[in-house]
Amino acid sequence: MLTGAELTAAGIRDRVHEFLAVTDPVVTPRLDFLHARFDAGLAWVHYPAGLGGLGAPRALQAVADAEFAAAGAPDNDPGSNAIGLGMAAPTILTFGSDQQRQRWLRPLWTGEEIWCQLFSEPGAGSDLASLATRAVRDPGQDAGTGPGGDWTVSGQKVWTSLAHQARWAILVARTDPDVPKHRGLSYFALDMTAPGVEVRPLRQLTGEAEFNEVFLTDVRIPDSDRIGAVGDGWKVAQGTLMNERVAIGGISIPREGGMIGGAARAWREHPEQRTPGLHDRLLRLWAEAEIARLAGLRMRQQLAAGQPGPEGSAAKIVFARLNQEISGFEVDLAGADGLRYDDWTMRRPAHADFFGRGPGYRYLRAKGNSIEGGTSEILRNIVAERVLGLPPEPRVDKDVPWKDLPR
Amino acid sequence: MSIAEAEAAGKPGQRAPDLLYSEAERDLAGSLRSLLAARCGAEDLLGRLASVETGDAGPYDTGLWKAIAADLGCAGLLVPEEQDGAGASFREAATVAEELGRAVAPVPYLGSAVVATTALLAAGDDATVRELARGDVTAALAVGFATGPGAAFPLTVRVSGPKSSDGRAGVTRLRGQVRGVADALSADLLVVPADGVPHGLYVVGANAEGVRRTPVVSLDMTRQLCDIDFEDAPARPVASGAEADRVLQVALSAGAAAIASEQLGMAEKCLDMTVAYVKERRQFARPVGSFQSLKHRLADLWVGLTQARAAARYAAGCLADGDGDAPVAVALAKSYCGDLAVRSAEECVQMHGGIGFTWEHPAHLYLKRAKAASIAFGTSDAHRASLARLADLPGA
Repeated sequence: MLTGAELTAAGIRDRVHEFLAVTDPVVTPRLDFLHARFDAGLAWVHYPAGLGGLGAPRALQAVADAEFAAAGAPDNDPGSNAIGLGMAAPTILTFGSDQQRQRWLRPLWTGEEIWCQLFSEPGAGSDLASLATRAVRDPGQDAGTGPGGDWTVSGQKVWTSLAHQARWAILVARTDPDVPKHRGLSYFALDMTAPGVEVRPLRQLTGEAEFNEVFLTDVRIPDSDRIGAVGDGWKVAQGTLMNERVAIGGISIPREGGMIGGAARAWREHPEQRTPGLHDRLLRLWAEAEIARLAGLRMRQQLAAGQPGPEGSAAKIVFARLNQEISGFEVDLAGADGLRYDDWTMRRPAHADFFGRGPGYRYLRAKGNSIEGGTSEILRNIVAERVLGLPPEPRVDKDVPWKDLPR
Repeated sequence: MSIAEAEAAGKPGQRAPDLLYSEAERDLAGSLRSLLAARCGAEDLLGRLASVETGDAGPYDTGLWKAIAADLGCAGLLVPEEQDGAGASFREAATVAEELGRAVAPVPYLGSAVVATTALLAAGDDATVRELARGDVTAALAVGFATGPGAAFPLTVRVSGPKSSDGRAGVTRLRGQVRGVADALSADLLVVPADGVPHGLYVVGANAEGVRRTPVVSLDMTRQLCDIDFEDAPARPVASGAEADRVLQVALSAGAAAIASEQLGMAEKCLDMTVAYVKERRQFARPVGSFQSLKHRLADLWVGLTQARAAARYAAGCLADGDGDAPVAVALAKSYCGDLAVRSAEECVQMHGGIGFTWEHPAHLYLKRAKAASIAFGTSDAHRASLARLADLPGA
């Protein structure tokens, strides 16, 4: 076990080198290598010992990743399990029992088990707490908050990426309709292979289907798969959503490394398309994109210095707007070619492909950036109320039992 | 190695510019904020304007400046210790500018302690730098306040040659006019760019014979400008030719970077004032700050501040470290912070409603400072035009 003094960049590097000396990244089968890396505490070094980490500062994860990459080691393909790594894992770590952490975190990190998120519903988008998927406990069982009777879940979820590949889902369902909406929710892990789970692709305006609709019909969930206390679902979900926002702006990119890079290249390559109006737009967008990149860097410096702030919400608002304006600019710059679209074929991509496709696709896909993961309007409410301390709008749904709310 | 490469290599903090405030900076900002709260509140500012109007006071608060310059040591922040300065960096200097912006303080910090001091440091005028660092004298760069980095060397003043009575060597005479100079009304010394063979920078006593300063009725009453006429004013050369070009560029870059931090401070103060007001002000039986149309605009301003702070700190860090990316950093910061400060001040007036339109409320001081500052050291458009060149994004 590492001592506190070794939880430095140099200490992590030493630890990785020792590990690589024993576990050859070239000849060891990929999954065996990943299991060993997890068990050595070098998977996510900021997680506790025994759960893939060393209890090190979060900032040192980049050190470990860089060392493994330099050695040509296989990684856990984090992009393929973004919801698992970014949202489910921290939630399980914070709110799960020891048994649940032991069961789920290792195959989640290695990517053996993909996770998806069953939160939004057709009738519950921004107002997530109004969701209607019901979880009913078997009668005659212990109704307390400890281990007790199993659950039967029915309802419809929407905008679920990876549902067709996921083994597990994090799920919020209504367990008590007789109390106000925020208080009657509970949080579960749902086995996506259980009977009664039906996944249908949800085709989006770009022509493809990154997302799914998930229909739940009398799906059984053992009570041991409940995360957090009965009725605490909202609190747990809030923790999950915070992690979602922290993830945005958390990635380091070079100058022109984001969407602005494509726009700048197109500008340089097509002098015949340049106009003064487009030039002004480009310069503004270039400056804003570069400053947003610096703000992301500053946010990570704050995190590394142990001064986390609420800047993640700002980063998401800025990222969404810039993606939309830059891609709109790209289509305008393309002129007549902007009338063409690369491909309307219905496909199932794992995630948005902002760099592999044309400006038209980027323009359309970016429309989702200000909707998914919290609309920009909801984020502004959050900033206004939680950061600036402004009073909430008058509420008509706060103290009314969920079942009595107008729908 | 670029920032991103340094980060990717797992070495944050080694090459990446530090965009946070150091503990020393936070201490300095705290001291300054307390001092300004005690001596430069809204009442003080508005009272001062009345005295200026009746001619009972000058445009700059010399007592306050003494406290900031000498007692807190802000005059010599950029000056090395061996030249009687504090030996701090541009980061600290920018932090001070941010606080002074928050207070729209009528002191010549920007013009003297940042711009003129940077010019004379670059020109190697050791004796004058020492005087400036101690806060004994103040100086101003005699260039129109709107002049930004990259501008052509100003040629409105010409060397007129020594008079026959000028026996001693090194004295020459200047003739001409400079319009709209900031922080010069209270200055003891002027650093003057002048045309000649070759062109150069000269130090002129602001109260010397042949120097006439005419106050300008200025949009920003907290930083009053003046026009300066030189009629065979005695001058001492400090830099000439290409060296003078370089010195002027360094000084103007420093001014643009520092005023970006000032704009950040202004924008933040305008948001703070407005948030406090809309929480208190009730209409339709609820605080107006509970209306979403205001909340979202205020949230957007806060989002803008997170971006502006990154830009301003990056510019300050680049100047402090002598980073080659400084021209890009300064253009980014000045254009973004300038636009944000104007928007924040405009929203401050609007969301204060009727009271925000009155003379008695300080919102207008911020509006005027913000609008004037957005033109100072190059407009946002001018800085974006610089980016076009620096980032290889040529025009139509």
